[in-house]
Amino acid sequence: MEAEKILEVKDLHVAFRFQDKYYDAVDGVDFTLKRNEIFAIVGESGCGKSTIVNSIVGLHDKNFTRVSGEIIYDNANIANYSEEEFNKIRGRHIGFIFQDPLASLNPLHKIGKQIEEPLIYHTDLDKNQREERVLELLNQVGINNPKRVVNQFPHELSGGMRQRVLIAIALSCKPNIIIADEPTTALDVTIQAQILDLLTDLQKEIDAGIILITHDLGVVAQMADRVAVMYAGQFVEVANAEELFDNPLHPYTRSLLQSIPQSDSLGKDLHVIRGMVPSLRNLPRKGCRFAPRIQWIPESEHEENPELREVSKGHFVRCTCWKNFHFEDEGGN
Amino acid sequence: MSFLEIKDLKVHYPIRGGFFHTIQDYTYAVDGVDLSIDEGKTYGLIGESGSGKTTIGKTIVGLEKPTSGKILYNGQTVNSKRARKKLGYNKEVQMIFQDVFSSLDPRKKVIDIIAEPLRNYENLTKEEERKKVLELLNIVGMPGDSLYKYPHEFSGGQRQRIGIARAIALNPKLIVADEPVSALDLSVQAQVLNYLKKIQKEFNLSYLFISHDLGVVKHMCDYIYIMHRGRFVEAGTREDIYNNPIHIYTRRLIAAIPEIDVKNKEKYYMIRKKVEEEYNNYSSLFYDEDGKVFDLIQISDTHYVAIKDKEALKNVENNIA
Ligand SMILES: Nc1ncnc2c1ncn2[C@@H]1O[C@H](COP(=O)(O)OP(=O)(O)OP(=O)(O)O)[C@@H](O)[C@H]1O
Ligand SMILES: Nc1ncnc2c1ncn2[C@@H]1O[C@H](COP(=O)(O)OP(=O)(O)OP(=O)(O)O)[C@@H](O)[C@H]1O
Ligand code: SF4
Ligand SMILES: [Mg+2]
Ligand SMILES: [Mg+2]
Repeated sequence: MEAEKILEVKDLHVAFRFQDKYYDAVDGVDFTLKRNEIFAIVGESGCGKSTIVNSIVGLHDKNFTRVSGEIIYDNANIANYSEEEFNKIRGRHIGFIFQDPLASLNPLHKIGKQIEEPLIYHTDLDKNQREERVLELLNQVGINNPKRVVNQFPHELSGGMRQRVLIAIALSCKPNIIIADEPTTALDVTIQAQILDLLTDLQKEIDAGIILITHDLGVVAQMADRVAVMYAGQFVEVANAEELFDNPLHPYTRSLLQSIPQSDSLGKDLHVIRGMVPSLRNLPRKGCRFAPRIQWIPESEHEENPELREVSKGHFVRCTCWKNFHFEDEGGN
Repeated sequence: MSFLEIKDLKVHYPIRGGFFHTIQDYTYAVDGVDLSIDEGKTYGLIGESGSGKTTIGKTIVGLEKPTSGKILYNGQTVNSKRARKKLGYNKEVQMIFQDVFSSLDPRKKVIDIIAEPLRNYENLTKEEERKKVLELLNIVGMPGDSLYKYPHEFSGGQRQRIGIARAIALNPKLIVADEPVSALDLSVQAQVLNYLKKIQKEFNLSYLFISHDLGVVKHMCDYIYIMHRGRFVEAGTREDIYNNPIHIYTRRLIAAIPEIDVKNKEKYYMIRKKVEEEYNNYSSLFYDEDGKVFDLIQISDTHYVAIKDKEALKNVENNIA
């Protein structure tokens, strides 16, 4: 049986305003998230990863941002929900964990109070039940002395512990969807591994779907079921994790994979992607956005208006020129 | 052989407090480490945040004063400013800093940034200086028209390369590279790492490469020091460390590397759980009652591990390693 779809994003556009003009930072993104699935979005800094998920939890400033397209949750399009409408689902149905736990926790409130807050707002539990639930949550996220931690302030905890607290908050109402935007980027590798394992263990318990944002392809390989590779506001390739790493097709995906130091790169130069990521206002709006970075591929090989197409079951690639793509030093074919 | 030797280096920072702002205690940032640097080699320094990596680097280039211990350059002590000056030491060791975005003075043009060390040590005419800076830019693959631009006009990778050009201006023998690529995207990181390797060959440079990315360290380094709580827990060649890690802290670090290997992800998950258990069960063999790391014991020509005694080593070799 196909797993249940819990989120559907269709032709999402998110534009930021500079002076009087809007520029699309996210330019036509489609995906679905299923129950129990980890869907990862990878790509370099500034490609639009956070912009996508911020529109799912309604964190954009409406005065400077225009969101269009559909974000379907529970049969409703939430893309243009008001602040009050978002308040009802944020925390209750959709939990989120961000890169910087200090910025997401209130420095003046005790940890216990901060975990209790969504329970007050979204559940009918009474005071005692809530306190019990807070301790239970802290236990679940691997905090050894929850009774002490509830009375501490964020600055008294290590980075890894703070991230655990954020996970406890995100899980408090057993949400259907968890959004994790670079949840471990600020942490040491050993703590990163603990937090990611914790997230997978807990996901299984509450049957949530996770959208995981990262720029670390190793993290993707170890965590994700499905992956979207993003470049300059668009998905360029979407596939199951195994398929993506075994059989990467898009020139950008292939270039990224080549640039990671790995065992077989010892003693060799790493692959360098030529040129730079264009800034939002200088994005090529016609043709392929990645074409300027692989200039040895002749113009005639690129598609004029590349779109994401399914090339084998569940494997989507933007454009057709991947068929003839080769690295510069490989020569033709 | 080794032109630089560090012996039993300690750097302790006072923690002040109380009404009279008196010293209450010390942070043992670096607490007794030895290391030696040969020509043309790259040394890795890995460890968790706060373990003392930057402090070691800064002490080597003279930005931080040792509390005790010795830094020997070609056999002569360079602990004091005067000794460093006399031996021309400051020219020979340079540092590339952790933060690409704040380590270059935003008000200075590229030519002034790169020429600064030249102006301090060499008497060049304006024209000679310009030529030298152009040559340096060329080495790090930057176009000549960068000379009169400001740092904000460059990307992160380009700024890091400007930092490298400055660091190599005086033909140093050693560069301490403190997380030189941590803030950079993958493709840019690759570019900077390639340049570091290229100029190493050209100038027979040595690097002390500080990083928390074990993949990058593996790619770059010949010899690796693993640091925890201000001390070295293990030291060895790349092969010693990655193929035969002994210390539970090293084993845990290596198990935590997210490998690009989807098929075996269940296996890696199980290994992490197992290593975590070992970490809890065997810690008394690797740390004393106060949590201090034991002294290093030599276990092969190149491989050292901080462990209680030979018996503990046997126990570990039979049971976990
Ligand atoms: N509030 C905003 N106003 C204007 N531009 C913005 C805003 N937020 C993001 N941008 C721009 O939109 C683009 C996408 O940014 P976004 O933060 O989504 O990238 P990202 O992929 O999450 O990058 P990172 O990996 O650095 O977090 C960038 O060009 C960024 O400069
Ligand atoms: N100037 C200083 N005064 C007081 N304490 C300091 C100073 N510099 C560093 N420390 C302390 O010394 C310890 C080691 O710091 P150091 O910066 O060397 O760590 P690191 O290994 O480089 O960490 P990171 O990976 O986060 O850069 C830390 O506990 C730090 O707080
Ligand atoms: S036309 Fe297609 S293959 Fe060519 S660069 Fe663009 S997206 Fe890539
Ligand atoms: Mg982001
Ligand atoms: Mg440091």
